[in-house]
Amino acid sequence: MKQRVIFSGKLLPYALLAPQLLVTAVFFFYPAAQALYQSAFVADPFGLKSLFVGLENFRFLFSDPYYLESFRTTLVFSALVTFFSMGFALWLAVLADRLIHGDSAYRSLLIWPYAIAPAVAGVVWMFMFRPGVGVVSWYFEQAGYRWNYVLNAGEAMALVVAASAWKQVSYNFLFFLAGLQAIPKSLIEAAAIDGARFWRRFFTIVFPLLSPTTFFLLVVNVIYAFFDTFGVIHTITSGGPQQATTTLVYKVYADGFVGQDIGSSAAQSVVLLLLVGVLTIVQFRYIEKKVHY
Amino acid sequence: MKPLKTALKSFIVGASLFAALTAANAAMAATEIHWWHAFTGRLGDLLAEQVENFNRSQSDYVVVGSNKGNYSETLNAGIAAFRAGEQPHILMVFEVGTATMMAAKGAVEPVHQIMANSGARFDPDAYLAPVKGYYTTPAGEMLSLPYNSSTPVLYVNEDALRDAGIDPAIDLSTWEKFGAVLDRLKAAGHQCPLTTAWQSWVHLENFSAWHNVPFATEQNGFTGLNTRLAFNGPAQVAHIDAMGRWAREGKFIYAGRRNEGGANFRAGECAFFTESSAGYAGVKKEAQFDFAIRPLPYWASVAGAPRNTIIGGSSLWVMSGHSADEYRGVGEFMSFLSTAPVQAKWHQDTGYLPITLAAYDQTKREGFYDKNPGTDIAIIQMTGKAPSGNSKGLRLGNFDQIRALIDEELEAVWSGDKTAQAALDNAVKRGNNLLRRFESANR
Repeated sequence: MKQRVIFSGKLLPYALLAPQLLVTAVFFFYPAAQALYQSAFVADPFGLKSLFVGLENFRFLFSDPYYLESFRTTLVFSALVTFFSMGFALWLAVLADRLIHGDSAYRSLLIWPYAIAPAVAGVVWMFMFRPGVGVVSWYFEQAGYRWNYVLNAGEAMALVVAASAWKQVSYNFLFFLAGLQAIPKSLIEAAAIDGARFWRRFFTIVFPLLSPTTFFLLVVNVIYAFFDTFGVIHTITSGGPQQATTTLVYKVYADGFVGQDIGSSAAQSVVLLLLVGVLTIVQFRYIEKKVHY
Repeated sequence: MKPLKTALKSFIVGASLFAALTAANAAMAATEIHWWHAFTGRLGDLLAEQVENFNRSQSDYVVVGSNKGNYSETLNAGIAAFRAGEQPHILMVFEVGTATMMAAKGAVEPVHQIMANSGARFDPDAYLAPVKGYYTTPAGEMLSLPYNSSTPVLYVNEDALRDAGIDPAIDLSTWEKFGAVLDRLKAAGHQCPLTTAWQSWVHLENFSAWHNVPFATEQNGFTGLNTRLAFNGPAQVAHIDAMGRWAREGKFIYAGRRNEGGANFRAGECAFFTESSAGYAGVKKEAQFDFAIRPLPYWASVAGAPRNTIIGGSSLWVMSGHSADEYRGVGEFMSFLSTAPVQAKWHQDTGYLPITLAAYDQTKREGFYDKNPGTDIAIIQMTGKAPSGNSKGLRLGNFDQIRALIDEELEAVWSGDKTAQAALDNAVKRGNNLLRRFESANR
């Protein structure tokens, strides 16, 4: 008897897909369509009056230099967060992979920060770095450096990047460690016998073999930096000083939730949607080609 | 002995259960009035006490208070609930949201009408004019009931002045004299001569009212949606310029957009602190030094200063879509909240202003101001002169966002990136865009 790998009817496959499609429709397509619809209106917050304005919301956005600036802020922020969280995680994973004793203890401790909510992480970092109150800022002061992220744009950016990256390191660490452990030891040993030193082995064998993991994490981290860092930014800088740490997502919140400007907020969501779509396509079309599975 | 104790215990439990059940039954029979508010902690406890006292004072209505987060979150919860048809009867809205609520005709019921229909005791003249004015139409109709109101004052760390060899009783009435004291503090090596909370509220909004210069045209938005920002006038620019100079010279330490500076002042690090009069309770509780409250300084060089300062805080809006009986309950409750004993207690416990003259008089009679010197500064500062078109308050749409962009531009001045004139010009330009957007959404 031959095992069939293809369904004969049409009903069963659709039935099996239905729950996933339903979830996607309710939690993705419906809100996305709503955002698209509302982006064409200027409405009062209570929904009593709404005025069709076509593309006016988008024109308003793109004629605002501060909105354009927040694109740059988002790109810088996301690139830094992704680079540091992945780089640091890889370094830790390589170290943990070489441990002989107590490796599970190290691993558990390294995974802990992932369980912390972004807002809490933000508050913890804020308390450590607050000028005049924080422990770390006190050490800076002792060292003769007048740390004040409340007014210094570069310091504010550094702080939110550090807090956001720190929170994501655990997640990346876990994947990198798993990836490292999946690399056959025989390959590395063979290279070692051939006289390759650690760094040479790392760059010619380990890193290429890790590329599927790295690519996956790149996608996840960019999306994390875009969307999930809201809590950290909100609690530490609220987008300031000036607009130095106002990312696109933070602006959606500030305009929609605080400012009650639903039309503009919806238009910004649509722009974000397109942006993430483009980013994902770029990642899969161009970067994935360099990945060896 | 033991069985007796157990029996007694179970009897007590049973009896209290019975009492609770009957109370719940009584509560069910009464009409429920829902009040969504933004207070937690000590303020939340005091608010709950008011609700409880009202519920105990009569049996027809039961007010149910629910916290919905901070001011912004509470407003959002109210808006979302209105869209879903689940709005509460009473919604607490901060002063910044006033224009948004006023424009939402059809979503709110004006308080003067609720009071007239309910037959509850209501005398519009009993309320303090500068408090009431913020929430009243130019025709004198009260739209929302003022709840907690405060105004900015100057807190002084007298020990810091003494350490620098300055007489704590020194005249600080004008910014000119104040600036000279800052110089002396700095010269004596003080690390934080001045800090502030709520920079836009204190140093632009209240500054404009205090100096009788417009913050925005159309009487700060009271007479029309076509208002334009006007806080880039010479008086404001001169003040922000001076503050910027102080910031660069290390005499004014900027701590953040909200009231972050409070921690520095209460810890004794800063000599002066401009902050809401409602910060009094916190300072009194934590300060390990002699402190005093002074009126906000003014520039003697500006003609017409000082006028009066304006308020911040929140008011209670009545949401539409409920029954006449429920609105009667709302009226009764608002009447209760306005009584002198309730207001006097609120004023004395929190540092917020009393909303009625009677509560002010009662507090005075009780000797509270003599025992707590400085607590009447705020009220004197607000009521010293009759409000002009520039000092009734502000009524600007999208104001939360406008404040945020003012914060941004001020930060550019404090850090030395922009001159005061350039920053305020830019803030006006950016803010006007938001005002026009609000105008088009509410035409």
